[in-house]
Amino acid sequence: MKRPRPAPDIMDQETNIERDVAEAQERKPGKPEVFFSQVYTIHSFVTRFFKELVRPPFERKEVIRQCFYVGYKSLAIITLTGFITGIVFTKQSRPSLSEFGATSWLPSLISIAIIRALAPLITALIAAGKIGSNIGAELGSMNVTEQIDAMEVSGTNPFKFLVVSRVLATTCMLPMLMLYAAFVGLMGAYLNVHQNELTSFRSFFSDAFAKISFLDIFASLSKSIVYGFSIGIIGCYTGYQARQGTVGVGRAANSAVVISMFVIFIEEMVIVQIVNALR
Amino acid sequence: MPNNREQVVNIRQVSKSFGAMKVLRGIDLDLFKGENLVVLGRSGSGKSVLIKIIAGLLKQDGGNVRVLGEEVNELALKKLQELRLHIGFSFQSSALYDGMSVRENLEFPLVRNKRDLSRKQITQAVEQVLGDVGLLQTLDQMPAELSGGQKKRIGIARTLILKPDIMLYDEPTGGIDPITCVEINNLINKVRAQYNTSSIIITHDLTCARMTGDRIAMLVDGKIAKEGDFDEVFQTDDKRIRAFYNYNFVKQP
Repeated sequence: MKRPRPAPDIMDQETNIERDVAEAQERKPGKPEVFFSQVYTIHSFVTRFFKELVRPPFERKEVIRQCFYVGYKSLAIITLTGFITGIVFTKQSRPSLSEFGATSWLPSLISIAIIRALAPLITALIAAGKIGSNIGAELGSMNVTEQIDAMEVSGTNPFKFLVVSRVLATTCMLPMLMLYAAFVGLMGAYLNVHQNELTSFRSFFSDAFAKISFLDIFASLSKSIVYGFSIGIIGCYTGYQARQGTVGVGRAANSAVVISMFVIFIEEMVIVQIVNALR
Repeated sequence: MPNNREQVVNIRQVSKSFGAMKVLRGIDLDLFKGENLVVLGRSGSGKSVLIKIIAGLLKQDGGNVRVLGEEVNELALKKLQELRLHIGFSFQSSALYDGMSVRENLEFPLVRNKRDLSRKQITQAVEQVLGDVGLLQTLDQMPAELSGGQKKRIGIARTLILKPDIMLYDEPTGGIDPITCVEINNLINKVRAQYNTSSIIITHDLTCARMTGDRIAMLVDGKIAKEGDFDEVFQTDDKRIRAFYNYNFVKQP
C-alpha cells in the first residue's frame, strides 16, 4: 500500500530521500533473501577471522588482557556452579545406587558424568551467558557509538584488535575453565561422599579416575575448544552486526547467548556421536 | 575558489544508495589546502555518509573520491590505513573508547601507529594535545565523567595527536549548549591555524558555518545545490535553501 503524501509545505515538503525511505520500507526483502544474506555474512565473518588470525601484526597484549577477563574473571562463578553441581549430582545419584548396594560406584559414576558431559557443558553454558553476552554487548555498544569506526580511522584494524583477540581468548580459556570446573565438581562430590561413606581422598580419586580414559579427557578438551570458539565468534558477530542504538545492543547481547546455547547443544550432539564412534 | 590552489580532496559524481534509498546523487566537491569547507544540509541528507566515504568507512556506488592524490576506493587495506593517518575524523558522538581513560584514549592511536616512540614522548604528546584543547585536567578521567562539550574536545584531541593534514568534523556542535558551541567553533579555527589542516565540517548549525567556514556547500536532495561563501549561498531564490536559513532564526511571538 502506498503511503499518502503530506501537503506540500516548505519544511514539511517530502524530499527525494524521504520518498526513497518510504519506497525502501515498502520493498522489504523476503525471508529466504534475508536468510541467505545472513548465511553469506556469517561465512564472510568467519573467513575473515581465519585470514586476520595469521596476518601480522599480532595483538599479543590484547589477547592476554582478554584471556584475563575471560578466564580469571569467570573463576568465581565456575567455582560456585561446579562445586554445587558435584554435590547435587552425588546426592541425587546415591539413592538409586544404594537400592542396589552399589554406592561404591559413586566416585566412578560421578567422574564419568562430570568429565565426559557436565564440566564441558556447564562451563560452556556459563561462558555463553557471562562471556558471550558481555562480548555481544560490548562490541554492540562500540558499534552503535561509532567507536569501531573511530578505531578504523585511527589506523587500527578493529577486526584484529577486537574480534580476533576475543575469539582467541575464549578458545584458549574455555578448556582451562572446563578442567577447573571438573576439578571443583569432583571436590564437591568428594566432600559429599566423604561425609556419608567416610571414603578417603586418595581412595575417592583413585576410584574416580579408574574408569576415565585419555579419550574422555581429550574429547572434553576438544569440545571445550569448539565451544570456546563458537561463543567468541557468535558474541563478536552479533556485536559487530548491532544496529539501531541501545535496542540493538540489547538484541546483540541476547542473540549472543541464545545462538551460542543453541549451537553448543548441536555441537555436543555431533561430538558425542564422533567420540562414541571412536570409543 | 581559484583553480591554482592545491586540492587535497577531490570528489566527482559520487553517488550512494542504501537499498532503494538514494542518499547521494552525483556529488562534486573539492577541498583546497588550508581551507575550512562547511557542508550544510538537513538531517538525513547524507552529509555524514559523504565524509565516511572520504575516510573510506563507506564505499560509494559510483564516482571518484581522491584524497591527497589517492583514489580511496581502490586502495588496499594497508594503504588505506596509511592514508587514514593523514585524516582526522571527529565523530558526531565523539566515539571515545568508554573502557579507557582520557589518557588511554589519546595514547591509543599513537601507541599503535608510532611504535618507536618512548613512554616519555607519548606522555608529552598526550599532554600537549590535551593542553591545546584546554582540558589537561581531565587526563585521568573516564569518558563517562565528562560533559558533552568536553567529549567533543577530547575526540578532536585524539585525532590531532597523529597530526593529520585533513580534519573531518561530523556535527561538531551537535547537542551542546550555545556557549560551548562557540568554544568548539573557535577550537576548529585554532586547529587549522596551529596544525595547518584543511577541514570539512559537516553541520546544520548556521553559527558554526558562519564562524568556521571559508566556503559553504549546501547539500539538498543528495546534490550540492549551492556553493560559495556564507552570504553568497543564502542570497538565492531557491526555497529549500531560504527555508534552511529562515528556520534557523525563530521570531519572537
